[in-house]
Amino acid sequence: MIRKPSRQLAIDGDLVLKDATKEIARRLDQPTRRAFLQRSLSLGGLSLLSGCSVVDESSVENALMTVSRFNDKVQAWLFDPNRLAPTYPDSMITRPFPFNAYYGEDEIRQVEEESYRLEVTGMVADKHAWTLAELRAMPQADQITRHICVEGWSAIGKWGGVPFADFLRRVGADLSAKYVGFKCADDYYTSIDMPTALHPQTLLTLTYDSQPLPPRYGFPMKLRMPTKLGYKNPKHIQAIFVTNTYPGGYWEDQGYNWFGGS
Amino acid sequence: MANDTNLIHPLWVRLTHWINALAVVVLATSGWRIYDASPFFAFEIPREITLGGWLGGAIQWHFAAMWLLVANGLIYLVCNAISGRLWHKFFPLSPSAFFADVLAALKGSLSHADLSHYNMVQRAAYLFVMVDSVLLVLSGLVLWKSVQFPILRELLGGYEAARREHFLAMAALVAFAGIHLLMVALVPRTLLAMIRGR
Repeated sequence: MIRKPSRQLAIDGDLVLKDATKEIARRLDQPTRRAFLQRSLSLGGLSLLSGCSVVDESSVENALMTVSRFNDKVQAWLFDPNRLAPTYPDSMITRPFPFNAYYGEDEIRQVEEESYRLEVTGMVADKHAWTLAELRAMPQADQITRHICVEGWSAIGKWGGVPFADFLRRVGADLSAKYVGFKCADDYYTSIDMPTALHPQTLLTLTYDSQPLPPRYGFPMKLRMPTKLGYKNPKHIQAIFVTNTYPGGYWEDQGYNWFGGS
Repeated sequence: MANDTNLIHPLWVRLTHWINALAVVVLATSGWRIYDASPFFAFEIPREITLGGWLGGAIQWHFAAMWLLVANGLIYLVCNAISGRLWHKFFPLSPSAFFADVLAALKGSLSHADLSHYNMVQRAAYLFVMVDSVLLVLSGLVLWKSVQFPILRELLGGYEAARREHFLAMAALVAFAGIHLLMVALVPRTLLAMIRGR
């Protein structure tokens, strides 16, 4: 599966670079594609039990995807931009707060603070890359809210940082755009709707429990939204872009509901 | 249809019954897969009897079939209420008559001669299923949209309590379905009646 560049090619720098880039792209793509294959069996155990495929699986999946898109619309309609998620006292914080990602704890990404720059692109007026110091200099807020995972479990944590609405206004984002997308240092990516981006509890999180965000919770920065499920809250954010083109997401492209709101 | 005295179950009852059965099977089996992603009791549901293949697939099934259950359930309840069937089929409900019928049922002496007449055990069981289904939908709403339905969330004791309530209400519904199927096996005429109406 993994093709090694031949020795002769190693002489040609450009070719090697091209080959390597392709190789990296292919390898990054692997887990997702493998997941797609495993996960296409939407009938699960029941189709094994019946021993035959009574319905065409891809048409079932298309129908389920159509309902999922419909559920996005229903959730956007139900979403009240002023309704706050419940907040809790310090004593109710879940300790230790669980680690969760699409990879294990031994693969947590380490991001260097000195070289870190947050890229801001798309439908924004100010496209300069932000340093952590600049982000820390903005007015901060904190919240103790419940994180609800798509798996069902929930945990209460304390996050602090820049209200995302303030940040979007500061960079002159087009607030009438449909989506805000995120690209992360751990190759995760996701996107959210503008009303949720502007929700008062949506936080560009720099701290956890009043300490700088540790790598396991997404150093240097994650987006915390108590109005959305965990997989909508990206960690290790490197790039933020404002767009009208649907950006999808790591899990969303595999079948998790895009809106993912609670 | 009104002067067809042989009809035990009108068409709308049969239709909503079978659509509901389909929705419940899909919701229960996909719900078990969702439960398995993060079980809060000391057991998991065997994957072989779950629907969806993986968590994302199970959620898609669950959040599609929920519309079927709710829409069909509303049609059933509205038809039941405006036709007056709800009152004259399921009421009056008497606790002493209920226990007498339970005893008779256990002794095998409960009459099933007239399928259009529900005995006290049936009345209580069917009414229980209606209430239980409403609880399933309400607790499900809290799980799906806990921030958007704050009053409902607090009434049910919060998000985590709603998870357990949703599971227990499911367990009660599945228990009902088990007994229901056993009863149908004992009195097979009831299955015919639910298919052709008489």
